[in-house]
Amino acid sequence: MASVEVREIVKQFGENAPAVDHISLTAQDGEFLVLLGPSGCGKTTLLRMIGGLEPPTSGDVVIGNHVVTHLPPRARRIAMVFQSYALYPHMSVHDNIAFPLRAQGTPKAEQEKRINWAASILGLDGLMKRKPRQLSGGQRQRVALARALVREPSVFLLDEPLSNLDAQRRASARDELQQFQRSIGTTTIYVTHDQVEAMGMGDRIAVLNLGTVRQIGTPQEIYDDPADTFVATFLGSPPMNLVERGTMLHGFRPEHFSPAAWHDAANPFERFSFVPHREEYLGAERLIYGEVGDEKVVARFPATTQLDFSIGHPVEFGVATRHMRYFDAESGVRSYETP
Amino acid sequence: MSALTSPSTGETLTWSDDDFEPDGRYLLDNSRLLGPIMLMPAVIYIIGLVGVPFALAIAYAFSDVTVGDQSIDWVGLRNFRDVWGNDTFQRALRNSFMFAIVSQVIVIILANMLAMVLSANFHGKRIVRFLVLLPWTTPIALAVIGWLWTLDNVYSPIDAALRELGLLGPGTMFGPGKNMLWLAKPDLAQLSVLTVHVWRTLPLATVILLAGLAAIPQDVKDAADVDGASFWRQFFYIRVPLLIPIMTVAILYGIVFTFTDMTVVYILTRGGPIDNTQVLASWAFFTGVEASNLAHGAAIALFLFPLLVVVALIMLRVAKRAETV
Ligand SMILES: Nc1ncnc2c1ncn2[C@@H]1O[C@H](COP(=O)(O)OP(=O)(O)OP(=O)(O)O)[C@@H](O)[C@H]1O
Ligand SMILES: [Mg+2]
Repeated sequence: MASVEVREIVKQFGENAPAVDHISLTAQDGEFLVLLGPSGCGKTTLLRMIGGLEPPTSGDVVIGNHVVTHLPPRARRIAMVFQSYALYPHMSVHDNIAFPLRAQGTPKAEQEKRINWAASILGLDGLMKRKPRQLSGGQRQRVALARALVREPSVFLLDEPLSNLDAQRRASARDELQQFQRSIGTTTIYVTHDQVEAMGMGDRIAVLNLGTVRQIGTPQEIYDDPADTFVATFLGSPPMNLVERGTMLHGFRPEHFSPAAWHDAANPFERFSFVPHREEYLGAERLIYGEVGDEKVVARFPATTQLDFSIGHPVEFGVATRHMRYFDAESGVRSYETP
Repeated sequence: MSALTSPSTGETLTWSDDDFEPDGRYLLDNSRLLGPIMLMPAVIYIIGLVGVPFALAIAYAFSDVTVGDQSIDWVGLRNFRDVWGNDTFQRALRNSFMFAIVSQVIVIILANMLAMVLSANFHGKRIVRFLVLLPWTTPIALAVIGWLWTLDNVYSPIDAALRELGLLGPGTMFGPGKNMLWLAKPDLAQLSVLTVHVWRTLPLATVILLAGLAAIPQDVKDAADVDGASFWRQFFYIRVPLLIPIMTVAILYGIVFTFTDMTVVYILTRGGPIDNTQVLASWAFFTGVEASNLAHGAAIALFLFPLLVVVALIMLRVAKRAETV
């Protein structure tokens, strides 16, 4: 087991803007750290540098107190699961899982013991003789995991391993993967652009944009206390509403936005004149789309709530002051003063 | 009459009921008609230049035809028996196999090395790739004439270089003569023919292997890196197995080219010295055309046929298997 740290790491491809731009972060021993960000923000590049598949332009990678920046992948005791799974197409499931052990020169008997162990926790027992192309997406993913697992690595690097699964399988795979990580306690860095996955699985989340870290924290911190407007609007669906007032952006989550009449005078709240335009019924909840001034905002209500206003007519809404978040209108950075 | 206003230009588009009449205009849209028309030139070509000569060759091989007497009289297997009993034929048969097999073994080893070098990133890679491909683009007769000069018994630049290096001449490694006599000594002549075959088939094999290498996903190579496989383990357990189908194609092409080729031997050695580099193709030519014995020439040429059928069958099987992976 080991912690993983990157220090001021940079990766520049040619003349382009850097894909990874001075990122420093640490995954503690045993932690499940999620790298979350939009497509092209540098998640894969960062992960590949940690794994040693991509040499950094500058900066260092530290695994368990050793600087490994210039060591090849096989010297780093890491296991990686690729987005494409990258199984060896000409080998059976058994040989795929055995490959890293053979490469290490593990004794034959020990090999079989570990392969059986990995196969049984991942439910691959009946599939050992098949070739990768004879497997479903979910089965391939489990083979890729088993191959990573048998090496007993000190760090797991996972690059969007669930993105090829359909919604249902993904939910159960998410569950299995997280339980599995908890039970073996291996430090894990998990890349995704899916916020539900990130919120549900991560001990902590690092939100990336344009090659930089915008915020690192627990899922709750990221959601409740976003460090800037990028994080505020990247997480949550629908995302945080932002209304410009003076030099500040006033931010609030759709679930905190409700008719002023519902608020009681004892708890201070901020007023907004809201014009609802459209209702969206989603089964468990309903979303009301509308405008405050000329900015689009959304309100979210449980489907069971009776709504006493009608579409098209302005109505007085409010948000409890403790749920308000303020951002500098120009820089987008969080401001902790109440205007 | 129907009309429609074009959304892009605002023009009015009209068409009449006539436009829907099935007259000749749409004839070529019918693939049952168009298909045969498009195939016709290829079919005529194959029948004219492959089918007819092949049928003639079979007819000749079982008859007593010569350039002087072209009437075809049936003689059964006599030609094959006569041809088989000839020492030069036996040597040509051995040489054909030897040249094809040895040259392709060398080619596959060199092509693997070249492809690996060329798939790496370095400056001037495009130029090097172009140069590697060059022998393939030269007309074979011209290329062999170039080799003829290079291997000349008196003026060979190779000999000159060896002499400069102190490897050739009295009291040196390659003996006392002033020249190696590449094309005049039996074993050196065979080596020369082999070298030209390798030189000629290497580019195609390299390009085929390069394509195969490029088709291995980067993720799979990365996975092997992460899994801790050394260079040789990756080479023998990942690269080679994944390349085998396409390597087979490259080898079979090379075998067909060397086995059927007579240009190299004909120009370089004319089968000599004393028939030491004779191959089936050249021996068929010398017997059938130069010695005017059409029937024997055809019989010799037909010996190539069963082998090439087998090679073609293997190629088709490999191609089919590659499609299903
Ligand atoms: N080998 C490369 N050469 C040039 N540019 C690259 C290379 N690899 C990545 N990039 C660029 O670096 C940036 C970050 O790419 P990266 O693959 O890390 O994004 P990502 O966050 O993983 O995106 P996604 O969620 O779509 O997988 C992109 O702008 C990409 O175009
Ligand atoms: Mg990626």
